[in-house]
Amino acid sequence: MASQGFFVKGLLLCCMAWLMASAPWVQAKEAAPAAQDPVLEARMMRIAAELRCLVCQNQTIADSSAGLAVDLRQQVRDMLARGDSEKQILDYMTARYGDFVLYRPPLKGSTAVLWFGPAALLLGGLVTLVVVLRRRSRMAPDMFEADEPEPDPDPQSGGTR
Amino acid sequence: MKILKFLIPLGLFFGLVAFLAVGLKLDPREVPSPLIGKPAPAFVLTRLDNPQQTIRREDLLGKVWMLNVWASWCVACREEHPLLMQFAARQLLPVYGLNYKDGRAEGQQWLARFGNPYTASLFDGDGRVGIDLGVYGVPETFIIDQQGTIRFKHIGPLTPEVLRSRVEPLIRKLNG
Repeated sequence: MASQGFFVKGLLLCCMAWLMASAPWVQAKEAAPAAQDPVLEARMMRIAAELRCLVCQNQTIADSSAGLAVDLRQQVRDMLARGDSEKQILDYMTARYGDFVLYRPPLKGSTAVLWFGPAALLLGGLVTLVVVLRRRSRMAPDMFEADEPEPDPDPQSGGTR
Repeated sequence: MKILKFLIPLGLFFGLVAFLAVGLKLDPREVPSPLIGKPAPAFVLTRLDNPQQTIRREDLLGKVWMLNVWASWCVACREEHPLLMQFAARQLLPVYGLNYKDGRAEGQQWLARFGNPYTASLFDGDGRVGIDLGVYGVPETFIIDQQGTIRFKHIGPLTPEVLRSRVEPLIRKLNG
């Protein structure tokens, strides 16, 4: 039985080693088109980090290796090379995919709840807390139950702490 | 006053339930397209079956037409395909295909094998026109009116229900 356990462990270790060894290769393959112009590439990645990948919704276009994300990175790259500004590129994307592609949604009527909702909830909570505390402080002491005397933690020790 | 103490949490609870219920029904993949009511993007693409012959957006002005984005690698397209064959056979409107990020040979083979519902398929090998159309989940279906304005977009495979309740009434309305 024990030797079998060792065998399984060894197999797992081999698998992990293989995965780790192969990971850089995967990254190298994805990074292939980057090399030409590092400045443009950095700008492209900064813009891509603002855009949601629509087929893998919790990732940005910069993070994702999905086909669409690769295409959209290429699109951003081409537009930058053409001399378009960051705003023009973000406008281009929202015209096609809607505000949803932006990780930072614009401030407007339909997004007001999104922007101010958390602050309003926090404020509501604080106001409630203050009201409750003030009301409680005005109550007569006999409104509260008397504190129970603390039970002796260890009756055996005879109070020598 | 006493009863209010119970009613407020109960009200809050039902409010929360209502929010969560709506949230469950929402499909996060269904992104409302900002393209509805906007002019379809300009394109010049070759036919899938003939690289010499191009079709431009302007060529299709003056009629209501359907654009169905498909690819031979797209599993959901095969699922949708029999329905699209049936729908195209009724000749309610010309159905154009956009062969998205596919190979010419693969695309043509696919049509030969499963049948070709399209008046013509436009070949978008690098997916640029797809990006202009905001395509992200193939198959997608657009309906474009006489003025070249996008009037309808459906993401994912068409269903008999969508065709009956949304597409057909829209075609009747657009064709007056």
